Amino acid sequence: MNEPNELSRRSAVARILADRRDTLVVTGLGSPTYDCAAVGDHPLNFYLWGAMGSAVTVGLGLALAQPERRVLVLTGDGEMLMGLGALATVAMKRPHNLAVVVIDNEHFGETGMQRSHTSAGVDLAGIALTCGFRWTTTVKQAGELDKVVPILHTAEGPIVVVLKVSSDRDPLVLPPWDGALLKSRFRQALLNKSRG
Amino acid sequence: MTRRAPECDGAQSGPVAAADVQHWPNLVFQKLREFDVRHVTYVPDAGQARLIELCQTCREMEATVLTTEEEGIGILAGAWLGGERGVLLMQSSGVGNCINMLSLAKVCSFPLLMIVSMRGEWGEANPWQVPMGQITAENLRLAGVIVYEVTEAEAAAPAVEAAARIAFNGGLMVAVLLSQRMLGAKLFKD
Repeated sequence: MNEPNELSRRSAVARILADRRDTLVVTGLGSPTYDCAAVGDHPLNFYLWGAMGSAVTVGLGLALAQPERRVLVLTGDGEMLMGLGALATVAMKRPHNLAVVVIDNEHFGETGMQRSHTSAGVDLAGIALTCGFRWTTTVKQAGELDKVVPILHTAEGPIVVVLKVSSDRDPLVLPPWDGALLKSRFRQALLNKSRG
Repeated sequence: MTRRAPECDGAQSGPVAAADVQHWPNLVFQKLREFDVRHVTYVPDAGQARLIELCQTCREMEATVLTTEEEGIGILAGAWLGGERGVLLMQSSGVGNCINMLSLAKVCSFPLLMIVSMRGEWGEANPWQVPMGQITAENLRLAGVIVYEVTEAEAAAPAVEAAARIAFNGGLMVAVLLSQRMLGAKLFKD
């Protein structure tokens, strides 16, 4: 077993979102959704509460439809593992405005903290890089974030940042889970319309 | 709202031969253009090969090949969040891959337009296609999808038009199933 990771997921996500400006944010189900909500609810956050494996694809569709806006996907290692093929699909489209953060605690946090594949060394940043992402990195220390966050928000995409975080549990912070509401308020905030 | 660029007009120019104008893929393509469908997500499929080709060569469409069909449901949800419309093209085997992901469209009322080539449904030569093909329509209906079953080529474009209107106006999931009665069955012969 490796040394335990010490990076706090909540403080890392807060550090990332502090500089979001008008970025469009999609969160993967489970803890990444709660981490994002803990920073503060926002109409341009689209929280997934299910549809496991879809976070990167939702981000891809959004990035293709809104090429002038930055799109940030925040998801976990388990959710990313379920949708690995999406990394190949993103790499083929090469959206310049898409960044993916994988909050990797090496466990399935929603279901009893069973070890995930990344605990055995499956390298999500490496997979993304070999798929053809323009840039990927793995962050293990809080001090590295100061250098990585500006890149995350501005570098030409698609990029992936894997945060190796502690598997400690944080208090639940639950955003709205009415999917139709989340969709309509996002479109209202972005497009000033809710109808097609 | 319609935005039709001449180079994408399947009836008049571009890759479409004049004699081909009434061929169902061209008519379906025209309907997609009329409904301002921009994102075309697909897993390659022989039955819809011509339609996929038309979409790929249209500069106003964004064609995205998928590693598995459920990726299309996520991409089209994201595109709708960003203000744009799309379609998912696949075979009936892919419907099985999509079942849980349909919950995304269902719970959020995202419009979801799907065009599905049937396998294992009518005169199928490959027995491995039959189990999924025989339960495709029923599975879709169980998941809350409106299903239009098309058995004749001339009915394809009207079905896509009807499906697109219901899907995009109502935030509903609609699948147009293209029967092997119109597409023919793959016979595994050189």
